[in-house]
Order: sequence, then structure tokens, then C-alpha cells
Amino acid sequence: MTEQDKPKHMADENAADRRATPAHEPQSPDPRSSEPQSPEPQSPEPQAPAEAAAAAAALDTAGGVMQPSAVPVSAQSGTVPGGADTLVRRIFTGSGMVSVLAVLLALILGGLLIASTDKQVGATASYLFARPSDFLSAVWTAATRSYVALFQGSVFNPRGSSVAVQFAPLMETLTIATPLITAGLGVALAFRAGLFNIGAQGQIIMAGILAAWVGFALHLPLGLHLLLVLVAGIVGGALWGGLVGLLKARTGAHEVILTIMFNYIALYFLRYLLNTPAFQRPGESNPISPILDPTAVYPQILGTQYRLHLGFVLAIAATVLVWWLLNRSTVGFEFRAVGANPKAALTAGINVPRATVLVMAIAGALAGMSGVAQVAGTEKVLTDGVAATYGFDAITVALLGRSTPWGTFAAGLLFGAFRAGAVQMQIQTGTPIDIVLVVQSLIVLFIAAPPLVRAVFGLNPRKKKAVGAGKSKTAATTGGAA
Amino acid sequence: MSTTATSPVPGKPQQGKPEPGTTRPAADSVPAVSAKPVTWKVPVLLAVLGVVAFIFFGVMGPNQTAKFGISSSGDFFQLPAIEVPAFLGGIVLSVLMLGLAAYAVYLKTRNEASPGWLPIVFIVLFVAAFLIWVVGGARTPSISLAGLIAGSVTLAVPLVFGSLSGVLCERAGVVNIAIEGQLLGGAFTAAMVATLTKSPFIGLLAAAVAGAVVSMVLAVFSIKYLVNQIIVGVVLNVLVSGLTGFLFSTVMQANKAQFNSPGRLPIIDIPVLSSIPVIGPILFKQSVVGYLMYIAVAVVWVGLFKTKWGLRVRAVGEHPQAADTMGIKVNATRFWNVTLGGAVAGIGGSFFTLVAIDSFTKEISGGRGFIALAALIFGRWNPIGAFFAALLFGFADNLQSIVTIIGTPVPSQFMAMLPYLVTVLAVAGLVGRSRPPAADGIPYVKG
Repeated sequence: MTEQDKPKHMADENAADRRATPAHEPQSPDPRSSEPQSPEPQSPEPQAPAEAAAAAAALDTAGGVMQPSAVPVSAQSGTVPGGADTLVRRIFTGSGMVSVLAVLLALILGGLLIASTDKQVGATASYLFARPSDFLSAVWTAATRSYVALFQGSVFNPRGSSVAVQFAPLMETLTIATPLITAGLGVALAFRAGLFNIGAQGQIIMAGILAAWVGFALHLPLGLHLLLVLVAGIVGGALWGGLVGLLKARTGAHEVILTIMFNYIALYFLRYLLNTPAFQRPGESNPISPILDPTAVYPQILGTQYRLHLGFVLAIAATVLVWWLLNRSTVGFEFRAVGANPKAALTAGINVPRATVLVMAIAGALAGMSGVAQVAGTEKVLTDGVAATYGFDAITVALLGRSTPWGTFAAGLLFGAFRAGAVQMQIQTGTPIDIVLVVQSLIVLFIAAPPLVRAVFGLNPRKKKAVGAGKSKTAATTGGAA
Repeated sequence: MSTTATSPVPGKPQQGKPEPGTTRPAADSVPAVSAKPVTWKVPVLLAVLGVVAFIFFGVMGPNQTAKFGISSSGDFFQLPAIEVPAFLGGIVLSVLMLGLAAYAVYLKTRNEASPGWLPIVFIVLFVAAFLIWVVGGARTPSISLAGLIAGSVTLAVPLVFGSLSGVLCERAGVVNIAIEGQLLGGAFTAAMVATLTKSPFIGLLAAAVAGAVVSMVLAVFSIKYLVNQIIVGVVLNVLVSGLTGFLFSTVMQANKAQFNSPGRLPIIDIPVLSSIPVIGPILFKQSVVGYLMYIAVAVVWVGLFKTKWGLRVRAVGEHPQAADTMGIKVNATRFWNVTLGGAVAGIGGSFFTLVAIDSFTKEISGGRGFIALAALIFGRWNPIGAFFAALLFGFADNLQSIVTIIGTPVPSQFMAMLPYLVTVLAVAGLVGRSRPPAADGIPYVKG
């Protein structure tokens, strides 16, 4: 303690530094959130000098106030991005390809894990050297059997009696994807503003609490009731998220710590409420709320045989909205500017604290839509498992989607399929549902480290290039995670 | 650099040439003459808490007599139980708290900062008043203080190891969100290896190795591949949770006797010393993991603040460029520190399966890695601070279960919430600013 008290004024100065630049630290190592969507896949190493030049040009134009130079940035620096590489290499080392390869690699490793605990594989391993073909085919069978079951449980089941039944798994996938997409959008939006929103879990819970209460405690006419449920949920999530933004903007506290703590506070608050007369179902000793009024739940959009509800349509709308917000609106431009460089954004006249609060509130509102989808769509009741693990999965969804709205949407569908299929997989093949967590996290790890994926598939750019790029700091940083 | 001289409204373009570091949010900017601004935060917070304590613990306090047992029957010598009339106790303690708050306000008016002991004494008084209030309002207003404290220390063991892991990583400049994963990995491996080798001690070693392996993934991805450390940490928690859950379901559940009955580490009872009331069971009646905890706290503290190694680690965490210039291998130091941190957390994880319960279940660490993270921050990135913060959180955890048993008006969920609330207050700078190492979370690229 004394050791730290002595240089306190120094510490305060540093703290002030940090507060003035709320989102700087997490930003710098994570260019994914700042990097504008590249129009074409490029090899990150050669692209780096061009990016540096672009940054320099942006500075020259005083954050866009002055007219930018008519000469393209790449021409100014004299290097064409990726120009020295062949087209084929660019395709195979580009970010899109890395994503596909990362998913592939994760699935292979997951398959090996499934095979390693398979009985048949164990049996054939005992005479591995006598007949290796038996062993290999057992590994192949174990892995593919699980993955086929996963596919049949998530997309299309050929054994169904009618087309409607055959596509039931797909509808289930979409149902589960709904909260993943909206919460993922919230996380992605915050990423783009350089904020780590680990708090989707808590935001879903707070939204769920408010939405459920409006749903079962108030009795309103059809239409108005559902609208009020939706608004209540969105407001609940927005307040919980905005509070984090406010604390960060006012005190400089790190949002990662705040959101993690807020998740737990929300969870215990929910558990407390579910034991109070206001929320507990009458005559019930378990912590469960009354069922929501029929006027307060989302209609099932494709008939009553599927659980798919209006929330999915709203999730699509939210994706469009976030896309518009980020790419077409002034506020979104400010968010991205703050995410790219808060100091520059401040200098350019952007109200960074306001942007911080606003982006966290919108992120919370999006996560709140997930909460509404849960209580008013899928479950129709409030329990302490209302958020399941959607809030945490949303982080991986946003990372896999590279923090772009439609990328997040696609990633949400993929992880929704994993979730839906895993249930069937467990029933049919006995492969535990946890394998999905392994595959999900491996995908994100690999996507975050493209050099590793390229090394595994032998696609790394030639050594000379790597050395050249490594000389500048920017290049190495972008190379690490582009 | 002056901190408060120009406090511009954030967001407005500044006049003149903006200098980095001259801005601060308008939250608490009181123009101060000295270089070190004294804020109203501490006095106001203490005053508010004092008034709350006076109203709830004092004026509205229960009318029973709270009884705190100090000795247990097997102790070396017996001490009488402390009996406090709850109403009077609440009044006296809250008046003392208000006195401290008034002193802080007085110091503030003279532009002096409150001394370091003041908030600590205040917290102790507040906890005491709270305890009296809780116990005094219970159906059975009697509690074993010795048991409460001993239980708190036991519950704090994994938290202490986890936060030490955080200290080792973050002092070297690598954010460790993966404490939860390291604890869980350690717990799983300890159970598995101890069962296979039929030796809990080998299980303990294996737990350290497992924690180190999880940490190495963090180190490789964040140092070699420059992936954002927070992302790696978050993802690692999910990965370890999935892996252990998968292996638990496929391997352990099918054959519990063969894979998941590790047996417990023995409790080592040091004769005579362990019979001292209150401190005996805490210090001299622990498992190997419990004794290791005290050793680890001391070693990490001495290592970080009294040795050449520690100076280098802190240099790497505060100013890697300078450290590099002085010839310290920044990334190698970080790598090995993160690995060491993982090993420490792994040992903490073995507590779950070798000391607390003698088998592994899914998610056995139950979010304690995040409480450890909270303890690390509340303890200001200092091993001893983290130790006491972890004890406080262990205390809250233990009190929560006792509160439900003796039946008090406080919902146990709010007790469970306490560590997280306290951490929010700590990071928001309300309970003294908690400052991370300057280069925490920033990857170092030479050049």
C-alpha cells in the first residue's frame, strides 16, 4: 500500500491520461474492431504500409475536415496493397479464407476429440500397428457420425415424414440463433467503438426481468402489450449497458471489469426477485415467474408447429439497423472514429464520453432484444436461466463475425445451428453437448490468429515479406490479427 | 503536466494545441492548488455509508443481543463469547463511523487527503456493525465467530491463488481474464491424475502443470500472435469449460471409480498451535494447499518487490520500452510470468477437487475465477492486497451461507452480490483508485 501511495500524483496523472483515452488500450491490439471492412481480401502483411499511409493521410486531412488528397493513398506510398503477391496467394491468405480454414481446423480438432473418447477407436487403437486402417476408419466414423447428427439436428433431417418435419431442425436453428444474433450485434457494435462489452449476459437478464414483469403483471390489449414488453426489455438492457458506459466515461473504470461484475450483480438480482411475491408464480416454491399473458408474447411466424417467432424478424431488422447505424449515420461514424483512435476523435471534436455512454446503451438495447426474445418468444416465462449462455456466446459470435453486422448475423446462424444440432447429436450419438463450446472457442482462437491458421495449412507468405513487414510496429500489429 | 489546471469539457475541441494527458473528465475536477488534487469522493462516500449505517444498523437496529462465540470446544484455552446488544452496538459503531467521515470532511476542507488508515478502519467498523445487525436480527442471534473466520479462509483459498495468478500476469503486462479457466483446468487435472496415480500429491503437481498449460496458450496467442489478451482470456475460459465438460461426460461419468475419485489431501494439524482460539485453525490446521497459499502470498510479494527479478517484471509491466532498452527480454519475461501465474492458479484449482470435495463436476469453479479477478483489482495488483481482498470475498461468501442458516432479514443473494458491487465501487475509484500496471494489456512489439 505504502509503495503505491508515494507516487500518487503520478498515478493520478496516469489515470487522467487513461481517462482521457477511454478506449485506447483494448483497441490497439485489436485492429479487427477498427479496421474498416476491406473491400477485397488482402494479405495483411503487404497491406500494412498502405494502412500506415492511410492513417497518415487521415491525419493530414485533420480527421476528414479538409479535403483529402486526390491521389489514392496506396499510390502516395508507392506500394500497391498485395501487389507483389499472386492472385491465388491473395485469395488463399485473405481474411475470408482464413475464417473458412479456421472453422475447418476447429471442426477437425473437435472431430479428433470426439474420436479420442470413442469406444470403437479405443478398441482399434490396441492393434493400431497391426492394422492401422481399422483405427483410421474408426476415427473417421466416430467423427463423421457426430457431425452428421449435428447437421441433421440443425439443418435438414432426411428421415422426416414430410417436408415440414424435415426442415423443423432449421427452424429450431433460427429460433436459437435469434438471441445470439441480437446480443452478438450489441457486442459487435461496442467492439467497433473499441469497447469490450462482456456484459451481454447481464443486459439480457435485466431486459428479461423488465419485459417479463410487463408481460405477466400488466394486462393490456393485444398489440400494445407486446409493444410495451419489447420497449421495457430494450430499456432494461439499455440502462444496464448505459450504466457501464456512464461509469467508464465518468471514472475511467475499465469496461471489461465493470461488465463482468454487472453480469453477476444482474444474475443475483434476478435470483432475489424470483423469490419475492412480485415475481414468483403463486403456489410455486421454485424460482419461476408466472407465464406471460398471451397478448404479451411474440406470434409464431411459421405456424404453431415451429417455435420460430417474430423475434427472428426483429433480429433481421436489428441487423439492418446496425448496418445503417455503423455505415451510414453520423453517430456510427463517431463510434468508429472513437474505436479507431479516441485521441484523434476527441481532437476532431467528437464527444468521446457521450459516444461511450451511447454505444454501451445501444449495445445494451440490442442485448435487451435477446432478453425479450427469450421471455416473450422462446420460453414465455422468466427463470434464472433466462440468459442461458447467450450473453457469453454473443462474444464469440461477434468475434467470428468480425464485428460487422452481417458477419455477426451469419455467425449467429452458425452458432445457432451448433446449439440446435448439439442436442440431437447428444441424443443420437451420445457425444456431449460441450463439444460445441470447444469447437466455438477454437474457431474464435484461430480466427484471431491468422498466421497460425496459415502456418497449419502451409499458406504463410514468403519469409522475406514477413521480415520486411515485421520491421514496422503497425505492420506487426495488423499482421497479428487482421 | 498539470492534471487539473485546464479541465476542459470533454468532447469540446480544445483551444490551442491539445497536449496528451491534460484532459480529465469533469466528474470530480475540483480546482486544486497542489499538484495532487483532493477530491470529495472519499469524504462523501464515507459520510453516506455512515448515515446508512446509523439509520439501518443503529436507529432501526434489532433489539436482541448478538452473541459471537470465539472459542471452540477443543481449544487450548477458552475465551468467553462476546455478547453485544445489537441496538447499542449499532449506534456506537455508526457514530464512530460518522466521526471518521467528519474527520475526512474536515481534512478535505483543509485540502488534505485522508490518511490511508481511515478507509480501512471505516471498513472494519462497517463490517462489524453489519455483522451485529445481521446476527442481532436473526431468529437465533448467535454465531461462531471462529467458525465464520475459519470458513472464510477456506473459501478464500482458490480466490487467493487465482488473484496471485492475476498479479503475476498483470504485473508483467498481460491481462489475465482466463483465471477461471486456469482454476477449472487445475481442478479437472488434479482429480483425474490423482485418481489415476492414487496420489493426491501428484494430482496437485499435475494441477499446476495444467494451469501452466492453459496459461501458455494465453501467452502464445497474446505474445506471439498479438491477439488481444482479453479476447484470448474470454475464449480460453469457454474452451476449458467445454473441454473439461466434454471429458467429464465421456470419461469420468462412465467410470467414476477409475477416473474421478481422487481422495483428499490430508489436513495437517500442527499440535498445540492449532488449539489457539480463532487463529489456530486458520494458520495451523490447513491442507497442503492452504499452507501453500500463505507461502505463495509471501513469496510473490517478496519476489515482486524485493528482488531483482521482481523489479524486472514490474519494469516490463510498467514501461516495456525502457525495460527493453535496459536489456530485459520483455516478451520472454512476460511468457514465463504468465506461465508461472497459470501454475499458481492451477494449484488453486486443485483445492476444489482435492480439498473441498473429492470429485470433479462440471463448472466446479463456479465463477470464482472472476471473483479472483475482482480481488486482484480490489487489492490494487498487490499480492498482499489481493490476499486480504480475497479474504473479504471469502468472508462474504461464507456469511452468505451462514445467513441463510440462522435466518436473517437480509436476502442471501445480496450477500452473494457483495464482492461484485465492491469491485465496481473500487474500479470506479470510489474506494481509492485502483490503478493497473501502465502497460497492462498492451502487447510489446520490439522496434
